[in-house]
Amino acid sequence: MSAEISLTVNGEPRRIAAGASIADLVRSLDLAPAKVAVERNGEIAPRSTLADAALAEGDVLEIVHFVGGGDRLQ
Amino acid sequence: MTDADTWTVAGRNFRSRLIVGTGKYKDFAQNAAAVEASGAEIVTVAVRRVNVSDPKAPMLTDFIDPKTITYLPNTAGCFTADDAIRTLRLAREAGGWDLVKLEVLGEARTLYPDMRETLKATEVLANEGFLPMVYCVDDPIAAKQLEAAGAVAVMPLGAPIGSGLGIQNRVTIRLIVEGAGVPVLVDAGVGTASDAAVAMELGCDGVLMNTAIAEARDPLRMARAMKLAVEAGRDAYLSGRMATRKYADPSSPLAGLI
Repeated sequence: MSAEISLTVNGEPRRIAAGASIADLVRSLDLAPAKVAVERNGEIAPRSTLADAALAEGDVLEIVHFVGGGDRLQ
Repeated sequence: MTDADTWTVAGRNFRSRLIVGTGKYKDFAQNAAAVEASGAEIVTVAVRRVNVSDPKAPMLTDFIDPKTITYLPNTAGCFTADDAIRTLRLAREAGGWDLVKLEVLGEARTLYPDMRETLKATEVLANEGFLPMVYCVDDPIAAKQLEAAGAVAVMPLGAPIGSGLGIQNRVTIRLIVEGAGVPVLVDAGVGTASDAAVAMELGCDGVLMNTAIAEARDPLRMARAMKLAVEAGRDAYLSGRMATRKYADPSSPLAGLI
């Protein structure tokens, strides 16, 4: 078993220790899990499950938050 | 009298009939000050990727508190129903609420809504328990179809997004208002205070704007102007304006003229 797995996070390659959860990843990025939403492989990862959701090799994650936005493309 | 004049969308009551965007401001501080000056209780926000390389960058939520101001997540930049639905599912997870603003655009040049995709997305979202306020063309039939599909508010454009051209077709906006069973808010096209007043005089429940305030030379003053214009237009609508006449009609008595 390799010590690290490869992920794609917001379009960029990233590596994390095998066995890490989505919550571990969010915290490793210095983000507050309460302020973001996570999608894994096209499916919403409910906030309540982030700590239990183990990451797998090749997972594609999108981590989003609210930004200023109005009535047109920013 | 006006103090009691509230409006309701999807069971939530609001006093302010002005919804403002949070894009294009110089910085978050100016944005927050403009929201304050506008009196808005709802702001639209976009959903975007976190900047993974700079996670400590200032965040909107640090300046505009989602506990006191209702965040209305939008789908600006989405050109298909699937993209818009995906965005709002994430928004619901990030914010924890169901009231959202749906817009599905048809092309970049005009930013006109793609009504076929918009209708499709409205149905899916309503079935998933979302409360979608829906940006649309100023078409009374399209507005009714959206309402039937589960839109909790219809938001016809007054003019193309970001154009500042004002309400181009007062007839269609009035027809939408007369035919709607849900709130109607003009979304897009407002350029200055009189445009907002016109929307309200036509009987709209509210107005949504971003560029008109953010691109004014003095955004705070324009935010205040819009607040007053929306209130003035609303009062004018409620007061029942005089009829128009083709010719003059003196206000002073003619009897007793010297």
